Amino acid sequence: MHPDSVEKKISKQKSRSHLLQEPVNLNELEKQLINRLQGDLPLTERPFLQIADELGTTESEVILVLNRLLEEGVITRFGPLFDISKGSGCFSLCALKVPQTDIDRIASIVNEFPQVAHNYLRDNEWNMWFVLAAKCQDELTAIFEQIVELTGCPGINCPKEKEFFVGLNLPV
Amino acid sequence: MIPAEKQQLLLDKLSSGLPICEFPFRRIAEELSLDEQDVLEFYRTSLANGTTKRVGMVLNHQRLGYRSNAMVVWNVPGELVDHVGELLGREDKVTLCYQRPRRAPHWPYNLFAMIHGKCRQAVLAEIARIRKENGLENIEHDVLFSTRKFKQTGARYAS
Repeated sequence: MHPDSVEKKISKQKSRSHLLQEPVNLNELEKQLINRLQGDLPLTERPFLQIADELGTTESEVILVLNRLLEEGVITRFGPLFDISKGSGCFSLCALKVPQTDIDRIASIVNEFPQVAHNYLRDNEWNMWFVLAAKCQDELTAIFEQIVELTGCPGINCPKEKEFFVGLNLPV
Repeated sequence: MIPAEKQQLLLDKLSSGLPICEFPFRRIAEELSLDEQDVLEFYRTSLANGTTKRVGMVLNHQRLGYRSNAMVVWNVPGELVDHVGELLGREDKVTLCYQRPRRAPHWPYNLFAMIHGKCRQAVLAEIARIRKENGLENIEHDVLFSTRKFKQTGARYAS
């Protein structure tokens, strides 16, 4: 279905949560809140009051709208984003070169590992890309080698060396 | 000050998200029998020392109409990596930008940028614009669109 026709169908806000992967039509306040809160939340006792003042609305409206966006799955999470490299864990982006005919079987082997946080298929000869999260570097390397051995697919392990600052996430 | 044994509890609590209510920090403090000001202070320290990157939201790209997602990878000569990384980081549609090791002979790329767009064409047009406007046309690159999602657990971290 064309996204535009979906948007027309879901003009009533109540119905939006039934189409969890379909694009939503956001009102002005929702857009402003999303754009504002991709930046930092004020660290004050009443952060949503400050946001409301900035946007010229009320605290209760901000709270209502944010909870609704969370419930509808437009926001998947609200809160602190930890820097994994400063925490106790160890992370890496890895890829496998999987034969086209064997993708489902290999994906289920990879997904079995609780250390696999994300796993995406991409249109490249290195086609299966997943993030490994382990307690330490040794565990991560061991899991990666185990995955390569179990799947029999060539693998690459590409941990982050440096992160470049990225500003606002997705303007709406 | 928050006692060491409570710090981990607080981190665990925070990792499941911040309540959206009038006094979110007070609510967390009450649940863990801590002082509201101590919780706020803990947060500020954690942001100041970089343990917490930011406090805010993680969005569902698809729900916002961003249906296409490409990992754009570049083979940037060592001395230019910082410069190119910073240029890409400044682009609105780039949501992540990391330097990673090359894996010769299989994988020549050392800079990864994630770009989201409403459709494939929009993402490709954006990449072409980014290359042109930043003078990156001579840098070898490849575009890997995601075609299927097999697994995605809670996005607690910016990985």
